[in-house]
Amino acid sequence: MPTIAAPVRRFGETSRCDAWWVQPLVVAAGLGLFVVYSTWAAFQGEYYHSGPYLSPFYSPELFGDSPHAWFGPKPAVWPAWLPWSPAFLILGVPVGFRLTCYYYRGAYYKAFWADPPNCAVGEPRGSYLGEQSFPLIIQNVHRYFMYLAVVFIGLLAHDAWKGLWFTDPATGVTSFGVGVGSLVLMINVTLLGGYTFGCHSLRHLVGGRSDQLSAATPLRQSTYDCVSCLNRRHMLWAWMSLVWVGFTDVYVRMCAMGIWTDFRLL
Amino acid sequence: MKSATFRIWRGNAEGGEFKDYSTEISEGMVVLDAVLQIQAAEANDLAVRWNCKAGKCGSCSAEVNGNPRLMCMTRMDTVPTDQPITIEPMQTFPSIRDLVTDVSWNFKVKQGIPPFTPRPADAPDGTWRMQQRDVNRVQEFRKCIECFLCQDVCHVLRDHRKHGEFIGPRFLVYAAALEMHPLDVADRVEALAEADGIGYCNITKCCTKVCPEEITITDNALIPLKERVVDRLYDPISKLLRLFR
Repeated sequence: MPTIAAPVRRFGETSRCDAWWVQPLVVAAGLGLFVVYSTWAAFQGEYYHSGPYLSPFYSPELFGDSPHAWFGPKPAVWPAWLPWSPAFLILGVPVGFRLTCYYYRGAYYKAFWADPPNCAVGEPRGSYLGEQSFPLIIQNVHRYFMYLAVVFIGLLAHDAWKGLWFTDPATGVTSFGVGVGSLVLMINVTLLGGYTFGCHSLRHLVGGRSDQLSAATPLRQSTYDCVSCLNRRHMLWAWMSLVWVGFTDVYVRMCAMGIWTDFRLL
Repeated sequence: MKSATFRIWRGNAEGGEFKDYSTEISEGMVVLDAVLQIQAAEANDLAVRWNCKAGKCGSCSAEVNGNPRLMCMTRMDTVPTDQPITIEPMQTFPSIRDLVTDVSWNFKVKQGIPPFTPRPADAPDGTWRMQQRDVNRVQEFRKCIECFLCQDVCHVLRDHRKHGEFIGPRFLVYAAALEMHPLDVADRVEALAEADGIGYCNITKCCTKVCPEEITITDNALIPLKERVVDRLYDPISKLLRLFR
């Protein structure tokens, strides 16, 4: 292909007269706040469960001290010098899924790397590799995180189900009920499901890869249509689920610390 | 009648400067109307490319207040007139004169993409059978009017000048229209990854935002093509499955 040489604009240089810097600033603030809070919450290693509720930052709890732990307490082989939290074992999956998500990639390249700062605004660097070579070529691993994220949706749905069963501390009897926390967990898995099942990689794998989807089974065609429908609002699902998963951790934490009371609706 | 000041780029490949022109604005005018009014009254030598004035020929692409737009589809009541309105040529392509740029690079790129290659005819009379559902997906891409605004705003071309390594969103859409066509049998996936440089796209969606035909370029063309490249080159499970097909 022929090349075209032309003067390149300096960082931030643009003829745009609108507030182009607001969008990347809001994205940087939103993502930055979430990263700071979720890192802090993951390092706490306590106040992550309350009654039947388990914080999504700690689910599935493979090892830990709560009744939700699958395999008992912290493994003895865990090095003493290494900080411990049940969240460390599982947070890589949702973090990897969001980090390699097509929507978030575009958003954080703009917000944190100014590549570009916004559309038609000059950039700080002259060199550019994009996702064509190392290191960002690794972003192509996204579909593998998606496979794991789908499994996590099932696990979080199970958590939401368990959040409907309350044990009476006096009698030890477990009965069905609905608390505010039950609704918080159900909304959480719904929003995360909307985000995960609208994934671009999933859309490709369930039907997008085929040029003759009409030859596929009706179930596969419907699945592709559903995923495409969710995919149209992928950004909205991404933000709603991000905010709510953070809030869900806050809710469980506040209840566990006794600062908030979980009101029973049923 | 209201008046507005237009700050229009005057120059050529060697250089130039912005010049201010004032003209009267009436209800229903678009930016192109104002520019042609200025050309008729104040700057007879102003070079501006235009044709249909209906957003279908893709000729009057320019940057209005820094935003890549079709001048004929930018209504004056959407542009603030309390300060000069900047009109520049597209920054991604070499200037010829004033608002006119040399977009011939695009036509050379298009020639490098393997053309539509249908499978053998389905019927003895040389015709094919397709399902509407399968064609619907590529119909969206055929709305493209080749205004090259997406090429202009793409930072890979605009800021990083990767014209030699990246074909840009317009031609990724073109490749998607061919690659996803139910009759087409040509294989463009490896070329997309290597010669066409699809990996340079970092999904900023600027191309989608400026498309006057509202083609969902990033979500419906670029990302599906990126996923096909992943299938072919980066996903070991897909590679393994292909061995058994």
